[in-house]
Amino acid sequence: MSSASSVKAVDVAVLPEAPAAATPAKPDVRAAGKPYFPRVNAFIDGTIRLLSLIGLGFLKPVVAIFRGEDPRAHMRQLWLDLGAPVLAMAAFLLVWSQVSQGIQTSLGQIPGPTAVWEQTKALWADHQVQREKAVAFYERQEKRNAEKLAEDPAADMTVRKYTGKPTYIDQIFTSLKTVFAGFLLATLLAVPIGILCGVSKTFNAMFNPLIQLFKPVSPLAWLPIVTMIVSAAYVSANPMFDKSFINSAITVTLCSLWPTVINTAVGVGSIDRDLLNVARVLRLSKTTQLTKLVFPSSLPYIFTGMRLSLGVGWMVLIAAEMLAQNPGLGKFVWDEFQNGSSESLSRIMVAVFTIGIIGFLLDRVMLTLQSAFTYGPTR
Amino acid sequence: MRTRIGASVICALFAFGQAIAAGKGPEKEQLKLGFIKLTDMAPLAIAYEKGYFEDEGLYVTLEPQANWKVILDRVITGELDGAHMLAGQPLGASVGIGTKADVVTGFSMDLNGNAITVSNEVWALMKAGLAVDEKGLPKHPIPATALKPALEKFKVSGKPFKMAMVFPVSTHNYELRYWLAAGGINPGFYSPSDVTGQTRADILISVTPPPQMPATLEAGTIHGYSVGEPWNQQAIFKGVGVPVITDYEIWKNNPEKVFGVTKAFADKNPRTHIALIKALTRAAIWLDDKNGANRKEAAQILSRPEYVGADYRVIANSMTGTFEYGRGDKRALPDFNVFFRYHANYPFYSDAIWYLTQMRRWGQIPDGKPDAWYVDTAKKVYRPDVFVEAAKELVAEKKANAADFDFMSDGFRAPTKDFIDGVEYDGRKPNAYIEKLALGLKGQQKIESGNVVGK
Repeated sequence: MSSASSVKAVDVAVLPEAPAAATPAKPDVRAAGKPYFPRVNAFIDGTIRLLSLIGLGFLKPVVAIFRGEDPRAHMRQLWLDLGAPVLAMAAFLLVWSQVSQGIQTSLGQIPGPTAVWEQTKALWADHQVQREKAVAFYERQEKRNAEKLAEDPAADMTVRKYTGKPTYIDQIFTSLKTVFAGFLLATLLAVPIGILCGVSKTFNAMFNPLIQLFKPVSPLAWLPIVTMIVSAAYVSANPMFDKSFINSAITVTLCSLWPTVINTAVGVGSIDRDLLNVARVLRLSKTTQLTKLVFPSSLPYIFTGMRLSLGVGWMVLIAAEMLAQNPGLGKFVWDEFQNGSSESLSRIMVAVFTIGIIGFLLDRVMLTLQSAFTYGPTR
Repeated sequence: MRTRIGASVICALFAFGQAIAAGKGPEKEQLKLGFIKLTDMAPLAIAYEKGYFEDEGLYVTLEPQANWKVILDRVITGELDGAHMLAGQPLGASVGIGTKADVVTGFSMDLNGNAITVSNEVWALMKAGLAVDEKGLPKHPIPATALKPALEKFKVSGKPFKMAMVFPVSTHNYELRYWLAAGGINPGFYSPSDVTGQTRADILISVTPPPQMPATLEAGTIHGYSVGEPWNQQAIFKGVGVPVITDYEIWKNNPEKVFGVTKAFADKNPRTHIALIKALTRAAIWLDDKNGANRKEAAQILSRPEYVGADYRVIANSMTGTFEYGRGDKRALPDFNVFFRYHANYPFYSDAIWYLTQMRRWGQIPDGKPDAWYVDTAKKVYRPDVFVEAAKELVAEKKANAADFDFMSDGFRAPTKDFIDGVEYDGRKPNAYIEKLALGLKGQQKIESGNVVGK
């Protein structure tokens, strides 16, 4: 199966939300203009597909309205896709700013939207300041090293990394790096295990008790054990990764393993019997069956599992960072809580929204990958 | 022949390189140091911000830690190269109270800086019985006997009276216990079977990390706490409690935090250790320089989120020579935070021994020990030799005045009576000192099934 054909196959399936019943039922007069600009129309169609693939599906009705395709049905779609969510968001902001004024904590008022926005800007400004400091740091170091070199040509000239604090932006990237490392490891472990469980009844019987035993364990219970084992086992004079990074990543792995394992097993197990029969008739080898039949047809399930895994991993990572004091957004929240300054609550709110938005984006990315790699009605 | 010459040249060069390494620069340049969000971490922040670490060729990253247990464990495992520690931590680790490990210190970070705060509810009960001055404000120091009405009230209503300190071997724990015992209130004994230290206690004392103190007090989980700044001043600003006494009034100029590293680190990186202490000493000088003129700037630096992070006005309250006991009751207390004066940085054996006597007094050291044991333990952990070496280099580099250091000291401060109960302490006679104290284990006394036995 070529990649082009797979994309083509997706095209049909990607637009299930389209008011399919409305468009063909009422052939609009102006829609007949379509054939006059075949290239343009094809381009627009392609763009729409791409947009809905990356989660901007609400632009579709806009384009459709401009092209004059059944405005009423599309207006309704636009309302559902864009109007209603925006209205709800506005209502949420209003309620939030009203309620927050009434609650007095020992750290001052609960911050409203404006206070949070102020702190978002402050965190960004702080990031810029730190970057400037880093530049100054490297300049000083260069000068010092040059002096050292002049004094003693054999001196050690290693360039030391900036020693200042990680900014908010740095913390975001640390968390993202950690969650992807943990998630990748989890996927590499979970998919083969899941396929084995789905293919072989014996394997399933062997793994099932273990999965059932470990699945409900809160990963935070693992954290102390992981920390101890990593401290003992990961000894290196010049380590490639920080211990704290490995601790967090492994904790993410341990908890995001299970949804992928289970979904993969179910996906492999529920493969269409007819397909297997065909394979038998064609006398396909076991490997070919696995790569050409079993794996592709269970991809939708695997991706669903991975999506769940990444969501769980992201949630757990923040908790693990808070508990283990590992760098990242969780540590930022904890440090701000400890600071107890009059700005702390607003900063924590910024972090809450950042975590939410990133979690949403991660989900979108997985959804996009899922749509891009799978086809057919089971999605 | 040629190869042999080549080899010997290489050997000589190698030896020369090593000699340079041993004689000059630090062995380890990139370091990570831990701290707890307290104003007395100031020497670390100042040494970083003023470039003193870099002047010594050190590239230091400062990292806040969750609590004292985490800081000690991470220093022991090597995740941190060194840290801001409670004076009792290296001693406790060496004796084996909690985690056993060889941790040493060559630098005492500050004197004083702690206080005891009680909840508004307890303060209301205490206030009635207090002596007042002509302005109608309570007279300080307030003795622990003032707590008795509150204790009675709690007893009648069947509620336990709970207080918090920051760590079992913390200065705060011993100061709180000293204050309570001086007022005739038993703070409870530790024993091998009771590591919470609540045997026979009138007040149940437990551990809470410093930055969480005000929140825990506000939640009503505890009724008072003993902690460093800014968490006592924070209680006033948040309106959740009232500081009643500072440690300066319990023991004038008591040693507080130390800079701790593992013995392995100190042995392997002697130049780095000295370089670190040089930078920290310069920071301490800066903090106490010009009669505290730099303190405002220090408070500004500490109020940044990456250091202490509390509001500037809260930090400045105690850092700039004042202390606010009740709301609006701000009094001058110029020696509340001492970073350099009174030989604050010299790691005196006698300071170490005082902490050991308190560990013995409250049963953390379960058996009686001879005087020589106290001295030997102190000498194992406290390293004035490293401090003196660092100070001498600073004097030679004209970064410090020789007059500010006591190079002739034998490591013992002169005997002092500057305690709230006036009992004299002489570091050379620990057992005789323990005998003189009102409450506590003496001689060979032990805790057995909840009772003090032996003599």
